[in-house]
Order: sequence, then structure tokens, then C-alpha cells
Amino acid sequence: MIAELGHFSLILALGLSVCLVVLPATGVYLRQISLMRLSGSLSAGLFVFILFSFVCLGHAFVNDDFSVVYVARNSNTALPLQYKISALWGAHEGSFLLWSLVMAGWTLAVSQFSSSLTLDMRARVLSIMGGLSAGFILFILLTSNPFDRDLPIYPREGSDLNPLLQDFGLIVHPPLLYFGYVGFAVPFAFAIATLTSGKLDAAWARWSRPWTNLAWSFLTMGITLGSWWAYYELGWGGWWFWDAVENASFMPWLVGTALIHSLAATEKRGVFKSWTVLLAIFAFSFSLLGAFLVRSGVLTSVHAFAVDPERGLFILAFLLLVIGGSLLLFAVKATGIKSNAGFTWTGRETMLLVNNILLGVAVGAVLLGTIYPLIYEALTDGKKISVGPPYFNTVFVPVAMLLFMVMAIGPASRWRRTPVERFLKKQLLPWGGSFAGAALLVFLFAPRFEPLAVLVVGVAAWITLGLIIDWVSRVRHKSNRVASLFRQPVSYYGMLIGHLGIAVSMTGICLTVYYSEEKDIRMAPGDVVELSGYEVEFVSMKKVVGPNYEANQGEIKISRDSQHIVTLHPQKRFYETARNMMTEADIDPGLFRDLYVALGEPIGGDAWAVRVQFKPFVRWVWFGGLFIALSGIVTVLDKRYRSRRRVVDEEAGRLQT
Amino acid sequence: MSINKNLLIPLTAFVLLVIVLAFGFRLEDPHYLPSELINRPFPEFSLQDLHDPDRTLTVADIKGKVSLVNVWATWCPNCLVEHPELIRISQEEGIALYGVNYNDVSSKAIAWLERHGNPYRLNMVDSSGTLAIDLGVYGAPETFVLDEQGVIQYRHVGAVTRRVWKSKILPVVELLQTQSGDG
Repeated sequence: MIAELGHFSLILALGLSVCLVVLPATGVYLRQISLMRLSGSLSAGLFVFILFSFVCLGHAFVNDDFSVVYVARNSNTALPLQYKISALWGAHEGSFLLWSLVMAGWTLAVSQFSSSLTLDMRARVLSIMGGLSAGFILFILLTSNPFDRDLPIYPREGSDLNPLLQDFGLIVHPPLLYFGYVGFAVPFAFAIATLTSGKLDAAWARWSRPWTNLAWSFLTMGITLGSWWAYYELGWGGWWFWDAVENASFMPWLVGTALIHSLAATEKRGVFKSWTVLLAIFAFSFSLLGAFLVRSGVLTSVHAFAVDPERGLFILAFLLLVIGGSLLLFAVKATGIKSNAGFTWTGRETMLLVNNILLGVAVGAVLLGTIYPLIYEALTDGKKISVGPPYFNTVFVPVAMLLFMVMAIGPASRWRRTPVERFLKKQLLPWGGSFAGAALLVFLFAPRFEPLAVLVVGVAAWITLGLIIDWVSRVRHKSNRVASLFRQPVSYYGMLIGHLGIAVSMTGICLTVYYSEEKDIRMAPGDVVELSGYEVEFVSMKKVVGPNYEANQGEIKISRDSQHIVTLHPQKRFYETARNMMTEADIDPGLFRDLYVALGEPIGGDAWAVRVQFKPFVRWVWFGGLFIALSGIVTVLDKRYRSRRRVVDEEAGRLQT
Repeated sequence: MSINKNLLIPLTAFVLLVIVLAFGFRLEDPHYLPSELINRPFPEFSLQDLHDPDRTLTVADIKGKVSLVNVWATWCPNCLVEHPELIRISQEEGIALYGVNYNDVSSKAIAWLERHGNPYRLNMVDSSGTLAIDLGVYGAPETFVLDEQGVIQYRHVGAVTRRVWKSKILPVVELLQTQSGDG
């Protein structure tokens, strides 16, 4: 009964979303204020009905209603409550319901925090977002209904959630990612609304910026969390695999990064107008493309969702309609847009342009690597090929290094023109100092001298020093230094934090790539192995029982110079219902190094295959990610985005008179 | 209306991308195995007998008559659901039913059959899942209908309920039996 209510509520939500497309758009066309005004309440209604539908599915999970096929496939009576709830988005159907809920959530947020928008613009934006919602809900109802029942005979017990997903990281990772993916629908809707209205000015950049930053922050958090999860849960100690699904989330992130930079240039200087609109379309397009790649089964991946060609066909048609339509609209409407501000090659505009070009090249490279297997299969009539990390590392790393160097000098530049002498004066010291310092540090502390490690750490230090010098110089000459600390625009601090985060991440990535050590060895109780100066002792093995699994748990003592450091308890779990073996690694985390122990297979007698790893600075990869995510949120707090004027009402008044 | 040609570049690139995607996606259902297996001989195997570990069963042991091969396991809740129907089929319909005990522990499987009844003439122990892989099984229970030459004629994924039996499997079995003349 409850499941049917959920299904019904979803159908009502579809009806509301169609109304949200049609009514405000008609209002815009006929200049009918009452119709335009409907967009707010329709957005709220849409959100409420999808939320209700979502709660109904949650009810089915919590109460183990295995007559609902989706519940029977992804839950089990023995599953702990928090995982019963997160199982809602553990597979395709439910995760798309979450996706639609998030879409409706963003729509509601735009309708609530749009007081600086004109009524006309608000109606256009919400109508476009309603159209996207309608597409998503229709997709669920036609191809992936999570409320389908298996009656009259249904299983007494569910087949359990995939054990890989029974983890805190996976409770939070998909929602954050979806907040990011779907969040790019907001700048997309703004861009399309602006194109249709024909008023392509800097105002749309100001409206879009906070939303874009927020969505981009969520996406950053989602990716960071996914990487962290892969590190501790997959049991091989890797944190990025250039897997098709990871790429699917990384490409919108790269485009989003380009977008937040070019939005800054458009808002502040009125340049790159049509380019920024195009980026806004692309950012969301890559989100949709990601959804297509993950769910159509075109590419195989460790993330493989339930694969279904019907779904793939639907998404492909949706892509064609949404992206193709937008790009066509762009081609027609962006003709004749001129930038009204000039700049020279030393201006900040040039820096941002180079940033955009490099990010564009990076996206192109990742996209090519991701779909190359498809192209190859098509050209060779069915031969399969996979593109692995060597390709991505070869192509991506040089582009990223160029980008980081531009990043080091960019913040010190000025709009329009930067005096070159000033530039050199500001940059020479950090440049020399950071490379010398990096070389010294690597020479003193690292086990081997790696020139590339010096280069990367040097650039990271250069970025950091450049930021500090710029910050100090902004404050130093003011009469009241403390007050001027607070007088800097909040978005300036956002930039500082974000760039610092990149420096932190690149240091972590570089050091963990160059200086990690690992051993895969056979160990029996009493065996000791030496790794990077640590003595690792396999003490014993025992059986433990969890709520829905049994496990072999090892006890492993790690010491250094006979000083005991930590005792780790890695597990090899066996999940009864899903018939799945799982490796639970145990990690001793640290700011400068992780010690990582995972159990392999038992190999005769009481010996086990054991993988021990020493991973220097690996935490920095994710610390940096958190900084980057924080930077987007900080920028949103900038007070120039919190205009208190009620433009909506003003304009309404004007239209009525 | 004149359009700046450069602005059409993104659209063109996108259309090319869609063509590539559509190509990679020629409506092949990676899960659509039945057609692959139907009209193919049942795969060769050499597996232990569940009740007589010294005896090795091969495909010759299940050939000769129209028969059903049911892939089952004690860990599979739907196998328990279909079990009463399987018992009824083996007792009332008199059709040979063979079991493939898939990814299971033999002692558990024997105890399970003692408790719930044994509808199978023979049971193959497929503890490593090799036969199941050849059959393209992705979850128990699955039931295959074989003709008297041991060629797979039908495959059903999921529990065999009375309704499934009457509407889907029985018609195939009856057709095969009339064709071979032993019906």
C-alpha cells in the first residue's frame, strides 16, 4: 500500500513538473504575472511529492517489505538500519529517485533564494529546471520504477546490499555527488534562460556564480569522498583508478572548475560572455553524459550499475534533446555577442583564459580516453580494448603541471594589464625559494632523490608562497591591518583556500606516488617483515562475527626501532546472504604517512597472503580536496550575492501598472 | 538569419559524440543470455554426485529423456519458495528433474533436502560454479528444459511457481514430449 502511494506520488510529481514547464513559460510568453508567479508554488509541490515518494521507498526498506523487488534485491532483515536506509540509493532505481529528489531540491532552493532575480527570469529558470525534472521522473516511471512489486509470491528474505556499499563512505558519497551533478543544472538553466531572453549581460554571471560554486563544492566533496572510500574499502590501497565512472565525475568537475573561473571574468569584466554560457551548458552536459555512461552499460566498470539498454536509449534520447537543443540555441542566440572590455596578454583575463584552455584540453583528453574503447570497437568491428592509467597519466599530468604553473602566477596578476616588473618582483623570490626549499626537503627526508617530485613539490610551494605574499601585500600597507584582514572580499579568501587546497593535494599525490612502498607476502603467526623502517609482525588470526557477516581477523603489530606503534586488525569478511568475500583493510592514519594492512587469501596451514603498505602523505590528497570544497562554500558567503532587494516584487509592480 | 559558423562547432562535436555513443550501444543486452543457449547442447561437465561423493556425473547422465535441470542452493531464499512446486512436479508430472547445487556446502545441501524433501533424481555438486558459469547463471534459482538429446530448449530465471509452470514451462515440455513421441 505504502509503495503504491509512493508510486502514485511520483506520478503526481511528474504532472507538477510538466505544469512547471508549461505554465510559467506561457506566463513569460503572454506577460501574465499570475502564471509566472506559479513557478514558486509548483517548485515547492514538486519537491514535496518526490520527497514523499522517497520516504515511501524508505518505509519499504526499514520495514523489510520484500514484495517490492528493489527492496528484496538490495536489503536483508539482518542489514543494520543505517545501511537499510542507504540501500535506498544502493542501486540504479533508488539512486535515480534520489537524483530526482536532489533536482527538485535545487529547483526549490532557486525558487526560494531568487529575490534578486526578475520575475521573468525566475519563471524562465524554474521552467527549464522543471523540464529537466520531468525528464528524470519520466525516466524512472518508464524504465526504472523502484516500486515494482513481485506478487503474489515474493522472497521471505532479501538478497542483501552489496557488501562493498555497506560502509559510511557509501552512505554519503552518492548524495554528495548528485548534489554536485544536478547542481550544475542551475547554471545550465540560467544560461538557457539568458539565451532565450536574449539579454546576455553580466547579470546572469552574478546570478549563476554562487550556485555554480556550491554545486562544484558538492561535486568536489563527492569525488574526494569516493577516492577516500576506494582507498580504504577496496583493499588495494589505490585512491584513483581512471575508471570510466570516476572519469564521469571528474569531467564535470574539470568543466565546472573552468566555469567558476570564467564566470569570475564575465561578472567582473564582462569578457568571455558566450564562452561562459557554453561552459555552463557543458558542465551540465558532462553530468548527464556521466549518467549515460554509468547506467547504459556502454562502458564496463567496477561501478557497473544494473545495465539495461532500454535505459541507455532513453538517456541517449534525453541527451540529444537537452544538450543538442541547448547547443543549437547557443549557436543561434550567441551570434553577435561582443565583449565590451579589452585586455592585454598580461591581464588577469589572459590568465583565466589560459586556465580555461588548459582545463578544456584536460577534459578533452579524459573524454577521449574514456570513450576510446567505444571508438576502437566501432572501427575494428567488435574488438575490445581498455584504456588504462598509463594513457591518462601521460596525457593529464603535463597539462596539469602547466595549469599549476599558471595558477602560481595568476593570483598576483591584475585585471586588464599587469606591470611586468611588479610581476617579476613579486614572483622571483617565491619561485627561487620554493624550488630550493623543495629540493632541500626531498634531499633530506626522502629515501631517494626524484627530480619530478622536486618539481611538483616546488610548484606547490611556489603556489603557496605566492598566495601568502599576495595576501600580505594586500594587508600590509593599510593603516589598520587587522581591520583590513576582514575587509578583503570573502570570495578572495575563497580563492586563497581553493588554491591552497590544490597545492596540498598535488603534494600528497606526488609524494604518495613516488615514495609509497608495498609488500605482498606470505605470513604465518610469528612472522616479521620489514617495510620502510617499520617492523610488521603477524601475531595471530581469529574468527569474529558481525551482524550479517563472519570474518577472519588478523592481529598485526607494527613497531619501529622496537618501539610499539600500533596494532592493526584487518579482516577478511564473508557475507552469508550475498555470498560475498570482502577485504576490510586496517589503516593507521597519520598526517605524514599511513600504514595500511590488508588480508589476501589463506595459503595453506595458518599462513595468509598479507599486503602491507607504507603511504607517505596520502591523507593530503583528501585534505586538499576538503580545502577545495570549502573554498566554493566560502565564496557563496560573499555578501554581494546576498542582495536584499526584492526585485521580483518591484518588477511585478512595474508590470501591473 | 545568419549564424556565426564557429558557434556551430560545439553542436557538431556533440553530434559526433552521440554517434560514437550510439554505436557502442547497438541495443545489445548483455544480460540476454537465453537466446545464446537455446538450441545449444547442455554444456559438458564432470561433477561429483551430491549423495555419492565417489560417483562422477557427466552430461550423459541427464540425457535420454525430456528433463528439467534446476540450479539451486541452500542460501537462496527463492529456492525454498519454489521447492514445494518442484516436489509436486517430480511426483505428479513424472518428469525427470536434475539439480545443480550451486556454490554451496554439500553437508548443508543434504540436510536441507532431508528437511524439505528431495525432488531431484540426481544432484550435481557445482561448488566452484564452473557449470553455472557455462550456463550463464546469474542467480539461483534457474531452470532449464532439455529435450531428449540434451539440447537446451527453454530457460526460466527465478522461482518456478505454479503459474510459471502452467503458463511457461509445461507448454514447452508437452511440445517436446509430443515431438519425441513419448508423451
